[in-house]
Amino acid sequence: MLKINNLSAKVEKKQILNSFNLEIKSGEVHAIMGPNGSGKSTLANILSGKKGYEISGNVNYQNKDLFKLGIEERAHKGLFLAFQYPLEIPGVNTSNFLKTSLNAIRKSNGKKELDALEFLKLVKSKATELKIDEKILNRQLNVGFSGGEKKKNEILQMSLFEPKMIILDETDSGLDIDALKIVANGVNNLRNKERSFLIITHYQRLLDYIKPDFVHILMDGKIIKTGCSELALELEKAGYEKI
Amino acid sequence: MREKELEKLKDYKYGFTTDIENIKAPKGLNKEVIQFISNIKKEPKWMLEWRMKAFNRLQNLKEPDWQKPKYPKINYQDLYYYSAPKSFKNKPKNLDDLDPKLLETYNKLGIPLQEQKRLNNIAVDAVFDSVSVATTFKEKLNEKGIIFCSISEAIQKHSNLVKKYLGSVIPLTDHYFATLNSAVFTDGSFVYVPKNIRCPMELSTYFRINASDTGQFERTLIIADEGSYVSYLEGCTAPMRDENQLHAANVELIALDDAEIKYSTVQNWYPGDKDGKGGIYNFVTKRGACRGKNSKISWTQVETGSAITWKYPSCILQGDNSVGEFYSIAITNNYQKADTGTKMIHLGKNTKSKIISKGISAGKADNTYRGLVDINSKAFNSRNYTQCDSLLIGNKCGAHTIPYIKNKNSSANIEHEATTSKISDEQLFYCNQRGLNQEEAVSLIVNGFCKEVLQQLPMEFAVEAQKLVGISLEGSVG
Ligand SMILES: Nc1ncnc2c1ncn2[C@@H]1O[C@H](COP(=O)(O)OP(=O)(O)O)[C@@H](O)[C@H]1O
Ligand SMILES: [Mg+2]
Repeated sequence: MLKINNLSAKVEKKQILNSFNLEIKSGEVHAIMGPNGSGKSTLANILSGKKGYEISGNVNYQNKDLFKLGIEERAHKGLFLAFQYPLEIPGVNTSNFLKTSLNAIRKSNGKKELDALEFLKLVKSKATELKIDEKILNRQLNVGFSGGEKKKNEILQMSLFEPKMIILDETDSGLDIDALKIVANGVNNLRNKERSFLIITHYQRLLDYIKPDFVHILMDGKIIKTGCSELALELEKAGYEKI
Repeated sequence: MREKELEKLKDYKYGFTTDIENIKAPKGLNKEVIQFISNIKKEPKWMLEWRMKAFNRLQNLKEPDWQKPKYPKINYQDLYYYSAPKSFKNKPKNLDDLDPKLLETYNKLGIPLQEQKRLNNIAVDAVFDSVSVATTFKEKLNEKGIIFCSISEAIQKHSNLVKKYLGSVIPLTDHYFATLNSAVFTDGSFVYVPKNIRCPMELSTYFRINASDTGQFERTLIIADEGSYVSYLEGCTAPMRDENQLHAANVELIALDDAEIKYSTVQNWYPGDKDGKGGIYNFVTKRGACRGKNSKISWTQVETGSAITWKYPSCILQGDNSVGEFYSIAITNNYQKADTGTKMIHLGKNTKSKIISKGISAGKADNTYRGLVDINSKAFNSRNYTQCDSLLIGNKCGAHTIPYIKNKNSSANIEHEATTSKISDEQLFYCNQRGLNQEEAVSLIVNGFCKEVLQQLPMEFAVEAQKLVGISLEGSVG
């Protein structure tokens, strides 16, 4: 699915990623943990195509050179990033945004675009399934949303688009236990042999609900240790310094 | 057509030229030309005298220059003031006699004039350069006593109404462009809705500039008699040319007791090319008088075209309890410039006005909101609410808000809100990550930004306007 080879990234002469390597196969769930500022969001951003980084190395996504694809092309091909800080877009109705995005993705994959009614039915069923209050659909996109609402909105979009490679950037941070379960449910519902996840998190807590296949520890721009889910528990007890 | 032109047509699909033989007045601005216009329109003597009065007055007026967008001096002697298809020497009595080239032009513009293809429930007056070429649904409107025709026809057939109201809102002497228009105006629409009649369909005028070196001097007059209602919409396009062309219109609205006029504009004149070459100078005087008690005039404008847009559709709130509204979207991209807003003149008691302005600036464009709220000493308990929002795309464009307030009555209530925001790279990245390309993202964000105004448009046009908003900002990012 995704193979990252010797990825290095700099911003304003500051080295953030340093010969980073990772392979994620179809159906696998990988968790990345690391202290603040270790480059987790940078990794997520670069994979989704954000500009402004000085990059070397290469990334293969579904047998294609990822860096040759534009941001929206990556999205069309099933790459999804749940943002650590989802953006507010005043004036834009959430439901309309979701519909426009979903249809852009469907269109690029040769699928029929959904009309207003079909979309509404779909989005409502997803929201119900995830126990997300559908009132957010009629509000301006992320404007005045609580932290939890913003994250739930990301999960709702993930469920709607049914992407292939899903990156969650600290989606669990700042969530109460109920919201955390919603996020975990969203992920577990989608989990299957054809879909992969890269879950960036700070806390072991989320991994009580989502059992990853691998846990990686990121420090100084590269993975310093890889293990199975027990590694997360170990880390929680000992802290990053000890590892 | 040359390849370069074809290439450009992708950006502005209305930019084609109709190859048609014209009758033109001799070049230049003088008494003979005014005489020519009046003659060819078979106008009564009073009309010619009115024009001459304006022309004489014009000699003592100077072009204003306080506006933000500056432009090279216009040589008024180097313009044609009248151009009409040759087949119009005698206006065809019906559409069957209309030059097929004209029918085709309007088909291409998406405004079919033929009976069988007409837009449902929208009556159209089509103005081509200096003449109205066709007006649809006239008979049907006539059944209710509604007059909808070209101003030229109205001058001949409804002389009393025209005489009574023409120039009653925009005096002959008002300012340079208004006076120029009064001297040389050629065509435009005339609407009269009789007492207590609710006009059963949208009325609209489609303005097309085709001939080169020609100015278009539109004149429109709309009268809503007591207790009546009318919704009117104008659309405008022009071919792509390297020269700048002048469209200087005067539009007057009159609402008597308990009457309401809703006037919408979707202005898509040729904006010039990416380097700022060519495009229309859209210098327009639009003014409505809420003359009767409880009357209402509402202006909605979507200004996406023109090299320079310079206009302040205004309301004079004379009648007690009268209401004026102004909803505006002004989009400037590349080198386009706009200086637009409104004037709300409160004269009567309990008069209310509302101003919602959305300015969007991209490329190297410059967008100014300029508005006046003027509360007269006798306008007790009047209210105004103004909201001016500016949205910037990129770092090279400008947005300015210049609200003037004159308040001579302490019982007035005036509220003003203004915001300026920018489409951030982060917002665009977020949209892109959700599968939207730059253009789709900008269109979505901008349409969200100006939703309040788009909602004011008649439903039939709202969808078109939404698309236009997206198209006019193409290439503004990335
Ligand atoms: N655009 C930028 N300009 C300057 N420094 C940046 C930029 N983006 C990230 N950084 C720096 O790179 C480091 C990694 O950031 P980030 O990837 O957000 O870390 P994490 O998500 O692991 O907390 C931090 O020290 C951060 O300050
Ligand atoms: Mg982060």
